[in-house]
Amino acid sequence: MSISVKLNNRTVKLDVPPDVPLLWAIREAADLTGTKYGCGIAQCGACTVLLDGEPIRSCITPVNSVAGKSVITIEGASGVTARAVKRAWEKLDVVQCGYCQSGQIMSAIALLEQKPSPTDLDIDHAMSGNICRCGTYVRIRAAIHEAARMRKG
Amino acid sequence: MRNDSKFAAVSRRRFLAAGASATTGLVVGFYAPKSDGFFATMLAGNRGNVFSPNAFLRVAPDNTVTVVSKHAEGGQGVYTGLATIIAEELDADWSQVRVEAAPADQDLYKNLQFGSQTTGGSNSIANSYEQYRRAGATARAMLVAAAADRWRVPSGEITVEKGLVTHAASRRQASFGKLAQAAASVPIPAQVTLKDPKNFKLIGAEHLPRLDSRAKTTGKAVFAIDFSLPDMVIALVARPPFFGARVKTFDASKTRAVAGVLDAVQISTGVAVIAKSFPAAHQGRDALRIEWDESKAEHRGTPEFLPEYRRLLEQPGAVARRDGDCAQALAHAARTLTATFEFPYLAHATMEPLSAVVRLSANQCDIWTGDWDVSDVQDDAARVTALTVQQVHIHTLYGGGSFGRRGSGASEVVEVAKAIGGRFPVKLFWTREDDMRGDAYRPMYLHKLDAGLDEQGNLIAWQHRIVGQSVLGSDPNFIINGIDVTSVAGASTIPYDIPNILVDLHSPVLGVPIDKWRSVGNSHNAFAVETFLDDVASAAGRDPYQFRRALLMKDPRDKPMQLVAPDRMKPSLFAKFPRDRRVLELAAEKSGWGTPLPHGRGRGLAVHYSFRTSVAQVAEITVGSDGGVKVDRVVCAVDCGVAINPDVIRAQMEGGVAFGLSAILYGAITLKNGKVEQSNFDDYRMLRIDEMPKVEVHIVPSTEAPTGVGEAVVPPIGPAVSNAIFAATGKRVRTLPLSPRT
Repeated sequence: MSISVKLNNRTVKLDVPPDVPLLWAIREAADLTGTKYGCGIAQCGACTVLLDGEPIRSCITPVNSVAGKSVITIEGASGVTARAVKRAWEKLDVVQCGYCQSGQIMSAIALLEQKPSPTDLDIDHAMSGNICRCGTYVRIRAAIHEAARMRKG
Repeated sequence: MRNDSKFAAVSRRRFLAAGASATTGLVVGFYAPKSDGFFATMLAGNRGNVFSPNAFLRVAPDNTVTVVSKHAEGGQGVYTGLATIIAEELDADWSQVRVEAAPADQDLYKNLQFGSQTTGGSNSIANSYEQYRRAGATARAMLVAAAADRWRVPSGEITVEKGLVTHAASRRQASFGKLAQAAASVPIPAQVTLKDPKNFKLIGAEHLPRLDSRAKTTGKAVFAIDFSLPDMVIALVARPPFFGARVKTFDASKTRAVAGVLDAVQISTGVAVIAKSFPAAHQGRDALRIEWDESKAEHRGTPEFLPEYRRLLEQPGAVARRDGDCAQALAHAARTLTATFEFPYLAHATMEPLSAVVRLSANQCDIWTGDWDVSDVQDDAARVTALTVQQVHIHTLYGGGSFGRRGSGASEVVEVAKAIGGRFPVKLFWTREDDMRGDAYRPMYLHKLDAGLDEQGNLIAWQHRIVGQSVLGSDPNFIINGIDVTSVAGASTIPYDIPNILVDLHSPVLGVPIDKWRSVGNSHNAFAVETFLDDVASAAGRDPYQFRRALLMKDPRDKPMQLVAPDRMKPSLFAKFPRDRRVLELAAEKSGWGTPLPHGRGRGLAVHYSFRTSVAQVAEITVGSDGGVKVDRVVCAVDCGVAINPDVIRAQMEGGVAFGLSAILYGAITLKNGKVEQSNFDDYRMLRIDEMPKVEVHIVPSTEAPTGVGEAVVPPIGPAVSNAIFAATGKRVRTLPLSPRT
């Protein structure tokens, strides 16, 4: 059985059952491993991808529910906002273990697409679904503000 | 009954000591590559062009300097740190530096403090500092010799800067890459001169970009859970519902009927389901029918352990430290105080659950993992497969956090690979629920403290009793007179000037698996000591900062004491005087200690020495109208010797605050009738970004040898916050976590 998904702006056929979580279709069938498994119950945000620009938890999203929609993963995040976020992340050396960071970055991109100049409270709301066990939150916050500046830049 | 297999007497297995785990002096090792070693084999293809003066770096004709890290990168920044040390002595340009993980080769890559190839104990930089400096300096000397020979000028006239070798008088210059081939044939110098630390350019630079940032911001960093091989299969293990239970029989007929499932095999830890995908393996595992042998299982839970621990808390234990006569002093004190503390089991909850990939053939076993105890993984795999250690190849990948968890779990995957006869490469990983319910936890501890004050309010007696499982178990290296030195780390080594001190310990044995957890015993001991000391200061009518400071005026190493610890640890049991007091003063100054705060807010401080590093923290908190606590600001002062990468140290301080806050606010693993009640991040909460305080880090300037950073930041944050809560509300926190479990 194969399912057609628009993944990172390319239509791909994935050989997975229709009810498989999108996360595993991305990781195992499309072989894009930047999107991470962390909890499987939408509690940690490590699996965050953009679905038509909205951040979603791919671990609880059945792959057949994304038919006809655009899925963007960390590997395909390439617009002005995505570039600014990645540059800011690097500039401030946000990462530690790095495992949650793809999800953090995808949530940050979605935030900045909606709110080009987010307040700290905006950041709290948009990013509190993404756990970082290393505790890089101080730098995530700073990097989002930095990316907002770069993006306007 | 404990997790015996974990403590099997593997000859070279070493456990990571908490607290001051150092050897008496830094052992300086320097190893040329073995002609028959993996390293030489690796280079055989391009040996003529690549300059590889030792096992720790290579210089390629394209000018890249590749540093070989003997330590695993799990976020603590060690790749960047070790590369910085070599680049400094080599005078390389930071942009030409790369890093890669060392292969398993204990002779070349052992941790010089532990004796095996392992990462932990916050000593990666400390044990490697001189070794990596020498490696870099040796390479530099050989590049200079090659240039001197080529240009026929005295080597003393040659300078090296940012990867360029220059002879100014003759206006000649060459890159490392251009000299690499010639340098490879220069004899390795027997002695090299290391830089005077005051001439460091890269070490101590405010911000050198981390070498792992790019990969980790683009999704390209490969963790073991991401690694794959052709025809690789996925394995999930059904582990017992009770610790200590074993598989009696199992029926996999329904499992085998699941599309994508290939096999189900019994291994020592349970039943492994092999499938083509994770969803298939998961579905197949759900369909297993397993009958467990529970004859040796732990069926008790927290409600059964607590009364037993409380009973022990009233009985004398094994004495870890005795100064003077505490009982006598307490009996004659003008005033006494007592308090008990309760600390729950804690999970490591690394974001990447344990994972590894194994490919097994008749004469070789390859393991891709982020595990930190490389020698143990290699030993275990050799034992399981009956191959030689040399036939086991470890490929160390990025680890998605460790915190004491990611030790040598890969041996389970080797068992699976063996059980299926090596038919396929196998990736095994744990689900979040597997990890939360099957971790080896930070043990539960109960503490009781008694203090005595004289008529003038001076602290004259300090009695501290600790009850909790021993993390190091039967390891004779760390158990002396019944004392697990990690259980009392930071308690028996209390640095304060108190005439009568007694610290004793009970180490009950039960069937809940336990292990080191970021800062080990310091994680609970610092909380009890620093919170109770605040009580004592309050009872004496003294300012908590001034009270501590007055007790830190003398070097504790000058005081006669009976303190149980291995001889090799004794020189570093206490901070070099007066580092503790200095960080306390620095944190107090930078935080504005003593300045007024609005109603509902409070400020608390704590200072603690562990992993040979002194850290003081001042926490500012707000108590909401609902009684909820929000930590607003943390000021952190640290003395960790020379700061190799100040920005990485700052990052560890920031992250360690979050790690400690997760534990004190929410962290609790509880057991009911032998079963862990928590299963995922919904009932084992983590600090989230909206709860993260501002963190200000102040690093004490130093040119002394570097000491531990990753763990030393964790112990003080809990008591700093609990003392701030007391300052704001007058209420004491003595049972963790702060927030009742939901």
